[in-house]
Amino acid sequence: MENQIFELQYAIDTFYFLVCGALVMWMAAGFSLLESGLVRSKNTVEILTKNVALYAVACIMYMATGYALMYGGGWFLQGIEAFDLSEVLASSAENGFAGDSVYSPASDFFFQVVFVATAMSIVSGAVAERMKLWTFLVFAIFMTGVIYPMEGSWTWGSKDVFGMFNLGDLGFSDFAGSGIVHLAGAAAALAGVLLLGARKGKYGRDGHTIAIPGANLPLATLGTFILWMGWFGFNGGSVLKLADASNAHSVAMVFLNTNAAAAAGLVAALLTARALFGKADLTMALNGALAGLVVITAEPSTPTALQASIFGLVAGIVVVFSIIGMDRLKIDDPVGAISVHGVVGLLGLLLVPLTNDESSFTGQLAGAATIFVWVFVASLVVWSALKATMGIRVSEEEEYEGLDIGECGMEAYPEFTSST
Amino acid sequence: MQLVTAIIKPFKLDDVRDALAEVGVNGITVTEVKGFGRQKGHTELYRGAEYIVDFLPKIKVETAVTDDLAERVVETIVQAASTGKIGDGKVFVSKLEEVVRIRTGETGAQAI
Repeated sequence: MENQIFELQYAIDTFYFLVCGALVMWMAAGFSLLESGLVRSKNTVEILTKNVALYAVACIMYMATGYALMYGGGWFLQGIEAFDLSEVLASSAENGFAGDSVYSPASDFFFQVVFVATAMSIVSGAVAERMKLWTFLVFAIFMTGVIYPMEGSWTWGSKDVFGMFNLGDLGFSDFAGSGIVHLAGAAAALAGVLLLGARKGKYGRDGHTIAIPGANLPLATLGTFILWMGWFGFNGGSVLKLADASNAHSVAMVFLNTNAAAAAGLVAALLTARALFGKADLTMALNGALAGLVVITAEPSTPTALQASIFGLVAGIVVVFSIIGMDRLKIDDPVGAISVHGVVGLLGLLLVPLTNDESSFTGQLAGAATIFVWVFVASLVVWSALKATMGIRVSEEEEYEGLDIGECGMEAYPEFTSST
Repeated sequence: MQLVTAIIKPFKLDDVRDALAEVGVNGITVTEVKGFGRQKGHTELYRGAEYIVDFLPKIKVETAVTDDLAERVVETIVQAASTGKIGDGKVFVSKLEEVVRIRTGETGAQAI
C-alpha cells in the first residue's frame, strides 16, 4: 500500500510538472503577441518569426547541451529515457511522504526548457524593429545552449562559479527566476541594444525622445493576459511538488501571491502613468502587471498576500520610472523588456530577504552581480563577434521599409494600405 | 446662389445636420478630412514620450443654398458646431455660378 501511495505521488508530481511546463510554454505565445502589438505593423511578421524560431532553437539547444551543462547528465539528454520503479520507490521511501519530490526526469527537462525559452523571449522584444533576423537566431543558439545554462548551473544547479565560490553558500535564493531567468534575459538584451543602437527616429537631434506607438494594443493586451496566466505555471511549478498537504498549500500561496503582485503592479503603473502624463497609458499598465509578476518570482511562497501586493505595487511604480529613465539614457527598448525583466528582476531578488530568512542581502547582491556580469559580458562578446562577421543591424532603407519585407518577404496585413 | 463649406468637429456632425434640416436646407455633402489650423496639430504622449499629431480629423460639410438663405445657414452652422474650444473649425462662403440637377436638367435656384 505504501508503495502504491509513493507511485501515485510520483504520478501526481510528474503530472503537475508537465502541466506547469505547458503553461510556461504558452508564455511564448504571450511574448509573441505582446511584442508584435508594441512594434509597428511593418515589423510584425519578422518579430513573430523571431519568437517562434527562438522557441524552437531554445528547445533544441537546451536538449543538446544546455540541460547537461546546468544539471549534469549526457548531451542530448542521454539516459533520461531510463525508468526503474525500484529506484523511484527507494528514493521516495528515503525522502519520505512530505520530503523532496520524486518525479520523472523527463518532466523536469520539459519544465526547465520552457524557462530557457522565456529568457530568450525577453531579448527579442528589446532588439525589435532593427536587428537582423539571422543574427538574432545565431545569438539564440549561444544564449540557450551555453550562456543561460552556465549561470543556471551556478544557481539552481548548485555548482561553484568557475570553482571560485558557491552562491547557495552565500545565501542566494531565487525561487522561480527573477534573476536566473528575467535579469539574465534583460542582461543579454541590454548588451545587444548597446551594440545595436536606437531605432531611427527614436531620439530627436536635441536628444528628446520621440514616441513610436505600437501597432496593435489589443494584441499587446492579450499577450499580457497570456503571460499572466502562464506565470502561474512559472511560479507555481517552481514549488516542484504538489502531492502532500504542506506543498499543496505552498502551491496555492504561490498562485495567490503571483496574482496579487500582478494586480498591484498594474494598478500602480496605471496610476503612476496618469500622474506623470495626465492620461491612462495602457502600455505602461501592461508593463506594470508584468513588473508585478517579475518581482514576485524571486520569492512567491513566503510573503503574505499583503506583502506580495506591496512588492507588486513598488514594482509597478519602479517600472514606469525605469522605462522613462532608459529613454533618457537613449537605450531604445520598444517593449520595455530591460526595465520589466532587468530592473524589476533585480528589485525582486533584493526583496527576498524581507520574507525569507534563509536568504541574505549580501547573497542576493552576489547572485545578481554574478548573473548580470556573466550574461552581460558573454553576450557582449557573442553580439560583437556577430557584428563583426554577419552584421547585427539591417540597412537604413530596410528599417524604413520594414523588416517584414526585408527579412521575411511578406507582410502581416497585405490587403491593407500601410501608413508606416 | 452660394456654396457654404464648413469644417467642423466630427462629433458635431449630427447637430449640424439636424439644424440645417430645420432651416430648410435640401441637401448636404459630407467628407472626412484632415488638416491643421493655427495650433498646427497637437501633441500626445506614448509611454512618456511626445509625438505630434500633424493633421487632426475633421468633417467637411458642403451645401449649396439660395442667396436669401445663405446668411441663416451660416449662422445655423456656427451655432450648431460651436463648443467654444480651440479646433471648432471654419465656415467658407463662396459665390456659386451654376447648379444643374442631373436627372431633370433643371438649373439655377430650381436645381437646389
